[in-house]
Amino acid sequence: MLNILLIYFFLSLLIFAVPSKVFKYKAIVLALVQLVIFVYFFTKIPIITDGETLISKISWIPELGLNLSFVLNGLSLAFALLITGIGSLVFIYAHAYMKSYANTDRFFFFLFLFSGAMLGLVLSENLIQLFIFWELTSFLSFLLIAFFHEKESARNAAFQSLFITGFGGLILLTGIILIGGVVQSYSLTEWINNADEIRSSAFYLPGLILILIGAFTKSAQFPFHFWLPGAMQAPTPVSSYLHSATMVKAGFFLLASLNPVLGGTVEWTYIIPLFGVITMLVGAYFAITQTDIKAILAYTTITALGILILLIGVDTKLSIKAAILFLFIHAFYKATLFMVAGLINKKTGTRELSKLGGLAHYMPITFVVALLALFSMAGLPPMLGFLGKELVYEANVQSPGIASLILILGVAANVLMIAVSLFFLKKVFLGKKGNYSKNPNEKGLFIVGPALLATLSLFFGLFPNILGNSIIEPAIQSIFLETYHIKLKLWHGFNKVFYLSLFTVALGTLLFYLIDKYPKLLENWRKINNKIFTIKFVDVFSNVMDNFIVFSKRNNRVIQHGYHRYYLLTIIVVTALLLWFQVFVTRGWELPAKLSFNPFYISGLIGIIMVSAIFSAISKSRIATIIAMGVAGYGISLIFLYYSAIDLAITQIIVETLTVVMFVIVLQKLPRFAKLSSKATKIRDLAIALVFGSVMTVLALKAIRLELNYPISDFFVENSYLKAYGKNVVNVILVDFRALDTLGEITVLTIAALGVFVLLKKKKV
Amino acid sequence: MEILLAILVGILYTAGVYMILRRSIVKFIIGIIFLSNATNLLVFLASGIVSGKPVFVGEELADASQMADPLPQALVLTAIVIGFGIVVFTLALKFKFFELTGTDDLDQLKKTDT
Repeated sequence: MLNILLIYFFLSLLIFAVPSKVFKYKAIVLALVQLVIFVYFFTKIPIITDGETLISKISWIPELGLNLSFVLNGLSLAFALLITGIGSLVFIYAHAYMKSYANTDRFFFFLFLFSGAMLGLVLSENLIQLFIFWELTSFLSFLLIAFFHEKESARNAAFQSLFITGFGGLILLTGIILIGGVVQSYSLTEWINNADEIRSSAFYLPGLILILIGAFTKSAQFPFHFWLPGAMQAPTPVSSYLHSATMVKAGFFLLASLNPVLGGTVEWTYIIPLFGVITMLVGAYFAITQTDIKAILAYTTITALGILILLIGVDTKLSIKAAILFLFIHAFYKATLFMVAGLINKKTGTRELSKLGGLAHYMPITFVVALLALFSMAGLPPMLGFLGKELVYEANVQSPGIASLILILGVAANVLMIAVSLFFLKKVFLGKKGNYSKNPNEKGLFIVGPALLATLSLFFGLFPNILGNSIIEPAIQSIFLETYHIKLKLWHGFNKVFYLSLFTVALGTLLFYLIDKYPKLLENWRKINNKIFTIKFVDVFSNVMDNFIVFSKRNNRVIQHGYHRYYLLTIIVVTALLLWFQVFVTRGWELPAKLSFNPFYISGLIGIIMVSAIFSAISKSRIATIIAMGVAGYGISLIFLYYSAIDLAITQIIVETLTVVMFVIVLQKLPRFAKLSSKATKIRDLAIALVFGSVMTVLALKAIRLELNYPISDFFVENSYLKAYGKNVVNVILVDFRALDTLGEITVLTIAALGVFVLLKKKKV
Repeated sequence: MEILLAILVGILYTAGVYMILRRSIVKFIIGIIFLSNATNLLVFLASGIVSGKPVFVGEELADASQMADPLPQALVLTAIVIGFGIVVFTLALKFKFFELTGTDDLDQLKKTDT
């Protein structure tokens, strides 16, 4: 399985190796690669249906529990098939769609890597590894959404999605680490084996909440749902892929695979359905008032995600079954519809509902395809969507806890969905012909993917058990960890669920009739919406971000004002005060040495250095300043000489000489000291300097009689001649014992010399 | 004598800090030199000063307690050289800066664009 991911990685790099002008069918090749991988996973179906799981593990840092480990079980197989299968179709579609754009290489690079990352996510057995792929998909979707980066709206939407999903990812990581700490492992298998321990641990609830936030941000659950409609700024193939098989399904995947570990508790069955239901309703409610066809689809995705999360939260066998089936239903119809929307946009130049209409005449195949997909979305027979809706109802009817509430809200959402589907169909394909600059057509490879997927929706609707036995059953088994046989059928007989369904359809059709007949109604609805829901999440988000940036800028202006001296001043004052504080805390000691002036010549020397240092600091003459500096430096070298540090003295003399020479040379070219500071400033600086200097004196005094033992020094002294054959110990330390340090020092000098050389090279600007 | 040297260290620091707070860049650089000298002296002083017993060993086994401590000396030696490198580089940088901008005023360095 690692090899498959490596294929994705290397092939995506290879895209750049072939120039687009030479070879125009890169997307087709990539689609074929996806297809081959799809077939590979397809051949694994018999093994998986036998109840086996394939695991491949590569140790990386076993001490930390970090391994590359991949697992192929029913659930990940279902996702892998969706990712590669729909991925393949998306690439065919993108081949047609992206023809007119520049930088397609980059586009396909991102998209192909994205497929790989998503595949890595669903195959991960190690949760840290899963997190890495998780963030990778966030990051790549950011790049994909911002593909038309010259548009500001695209950049904003991309930033929004990155911020929310990336932030959610980090929270997810915290949750993973929290739970991982309980069982000392990040392996999903280990987690499942120790599920009881996790569920009874004190970290269960915090860990669950953190993981849920991660999953909810990714799967666009309320209140994080607003990034998803924004993400339609991406090129349509991306939207089609993100909404159907990848990205937003990652949250669902995570919860489904963690269900055996975290599920089955009261918290799980109450928190998750609550958010799922709200999301479902919010999505359906706003879908109907949208005017942009892509936006309508985006909001219906939110509904679908809400349903998925709801079902996984209800956590009965029936609900899980419904969830997995619905995953496929949604992937099929949503990919189809987005591709159709993109095609319409391409051929008519608009996505506004009001400007479209009558397209059935020009695009008959597209019409049929869209009809099938919309029927599936509405949950009408004989599509797969009908089956799904029935199952969802059944699951809701039987759900423990807040069943009736969920059921009512579920019906409400479905009524809206039916109305949306019919409205979409009517407005886009039927009715008056829109005002198009040229007659739309359906040439090109656009329709291949949608047609195939719509046909599958119909086919599986008629023969649901093919899908059910081969893919859905193993997926459910890997969640329940036990054998589970399902039977799917289109016709369930006259029962409660069927009447509920009938009722939904009737209500939905009525709603459609009303909003179609009286356009004012929808308009007023929109107006009311705008009034009631004055808080737009998108605006709140951008407001918070803007204010944060303004706040940072203001802070920055105060703290990072650009006056170098005041930075230094701050550092020095704070250091001095801290040091004084420490001196004050450890006060109460006696001077370790007596004040003496012996020998007198050293006392005299020290006096000279003091005077020249002070003179250097206050002199107004450049040359005097430098000479005084030199005097101080030479004086210090004499002190070194007197106190047994001959090498130091020699070095100091050489360095001092060079410095003075350098200064004298440079100084000729520099101006006289200008009088730059006022008297008050000078007094302030002097005060600061005195505070700092005095504390350093105190430090020096405290350091005088530090009773250190010298094991290292002793070693050097004893072995200097015996081992290194050198009599001057200081030299031996530098060139032998600590030779590497000296090498570093030489490197520093070399770099400085290079810098000086470059800076002083005669080059007139 | 240590007390006197400690006072010297303080005065060198005072001079150095005062100078790096000047707006003139040349003074600033000289301030760095004073600071580096002061620090070298501080380290040297802290290790304990012994006069007239440089660390040279003969072929016979040496007695470490009879000599100055070689380790701080090695450290300070490195520090002197590095300090020199910094000063020379800063000076060259200053020179270039003056050539381009014609000013010696640190406050003019506020903007990175010339």
